[in-house]
Amino acid sequence: MEIDLLVVGGGPAGLSAAITAAELDHSVIIVDENPRLGGQLIKQTHKFFGSESNYCGIRGIDIAEILENKVNKLGITKYLESTVIGIYEDGVAIASEEDLRVVHPKKIIIATGARENMLSFVNNDLPGVYGAGAVQTLVNVYGVLPGKRALMVGSGNIGLIVSYQLMQAGVEVVAILEALDHVGGYEVHAAKVRRLGIPILLRHTIKSAIGNDKVEAAVITKLDEHWQPIPGSERELKVDFICLAVGLSPSYELAAQAGAKIVYIPELGGWLPWHKPNLETSVPGLYVAGDAAGVEEAVSALLEGKIAAADASNSIKENKYAQKLIETTQKELQEFRAGKFGKKIVEGKRKLYASLHL
Amino acid sequence: MRITEHPIIKFKRGKKVTIYFEGKPIEAYEGESVAAALIAAGIYVFRYSPRHKRARGLFCAIGKCSSCLMEIDGKPNQMACMVRVRDGMRVRRQKGKGVLDGD
Ligand SMILES: Cc1cc2nc3c(=O)[nH]c(=O)nc-3n(C[C@H](O)[C@H](O)[C@H](O)COP(=O)(O)OP(=O)(O)OC[C@H]3O[C@@H](n4cnc5c(N)ncnc54)[C@H](O)[C@@H]3O)c2cc1C
Ligand code: FES
Repeated sequence: MEIDLLVVGGGPAGLSAAITAAELDHSVIIVDENPRLGGQLIKQTHKFFGSESNYCGIRGIDIAEILENKVNKLGITKYLESTVIGIYEDGVAIASEEDLRVVHPKKIIIATGARENMLSFVNNDLPGVYGAGAVQTLVNVYGVLPGKRALMVGSGNIGLIVSYQLMQAGVEVVAILEALDHVGGYEVHAAKVRRLGIPILLRHTIKSAIGNDKVEAAVITKLDEHWQPIPGSERELKVDFICLAVGLSPSYELAAQAGAKIVYIPELGGWLPWHKPNLETSVPGLYVAGDAAGVEEAVSALLEGKIAAADASNSIKENKYAQKLIETTQKELQEFRAGKFGKKIVEGKRKLYASLHL
Repeated sequence: MRITEHPIIKFKRGKKVTIYFEGKPIEAYEGESVAAALIAAGIYVFRYSPRHKRARGLFCAIGKCSSCLMEIDGKPNQMACMVRVRDGMRVRRQKGKGVLDGD
């Protein structure tokens, strides 16, 4: 099938890209592995922070619905429960339980999001050790509890938000561990969990998980200022599951398979496809957007998706509307990143742009 | 364990179906993943690793880590976190690498 744009991934970045391109009169297909669109948004029951024009104060699940409705209204073709398995010179392969399709897009936007980081400790592969996002999926999407008493590792926004949501769902979070000497996430979220009485233990980490075929306890330890465990400070906590919220890494595999140059930028979450300010990778016509282009937030994912789609539109056929859209959206993105938490991203993107001269 | 009451989320569960874990019937709801149904039933061990035979279960829940591979309706290496339940589905713990049809 011949189309203008293929969007891989139906999170905020992919949805915004698909909507933008369709509004610019392009034919678009959006593909997602899940039965419904929304990506990470469908598990986020908390209200979003961000700029007013970008859904601030609305719950993630509701933002997903608004975007999904737009996609439907614009008549964008959706392939759900489908995975893009390879991007080749002679077409893009999309697999589902029933069939394998090949499409021929003029441009491709990869918005595959990020995956959760592992942490090294004894028995970290024991059932009952979950990524925080996994727990969020179980609890908020399926209404299933993985246990009654949890240990959270990591006090970034994800660790804090998921702890709060676990308490809402009736789980006791016995502690949140943080290796740094300060809380990683926003103070508003930290204050919320403290009000619920969850202790945030700074300069602490997990040493081991205990259990036969399933987590029954966790051993935690204090760290000195050189990040070394302090002997004798170990403590055993009775918990039946452990949540790791120790960061995300961009899902860059598909871009790598397509031949895009991959670079390592710690500020953006590690390995990721090199890209230009308008999100085009080193492969002409192949774009990345959202967490796949550097782990950040939903608002920036929305904005990046818009820029990538507008740039793709403009290179299919030069048009003033797309150019104007790129300009205004870049400005919005800059403003969004101007705050304290945007600093790291700005630095990471600067390094990225400087890291390759094509 | 399933949540029945929640301050902000209304869970719209699909039609009730039955899946079989190691031959034992388990209640599940249409639309949910095999992993969610198993954990709701208190089953956490999804497979044993090939070399050291260590128990493995759900980790990422979004199809990105392969920790949850199971044998589903006779097919090995299925991600329990991505495959949706179907009435009558047969699910088994995977031992080792799994053998493909015709092997
Ligand atoms: C607990 C938590 C709380 C958060 N809170 C906030 C908040 O309050 N405010 C905020 O701004 N941000 C928040 N975020 C961050 C925000 O959710 C992410 O930055 C954002 O979702 C990234 O969007 P994305 O579109 O890049 O990726 P995702 O939302 O991850 O979407 C990627 C999609 O691509 C699909 N996919 C991947 N590979 C393929 C493939 N090969 N074929 C087909 N489909 C594929 C995936 O299934 C997924 O649906 C939070 C994140 C988490 C985990
Ligand atoms: S739990 Fe990671 S792939 Fe299923």
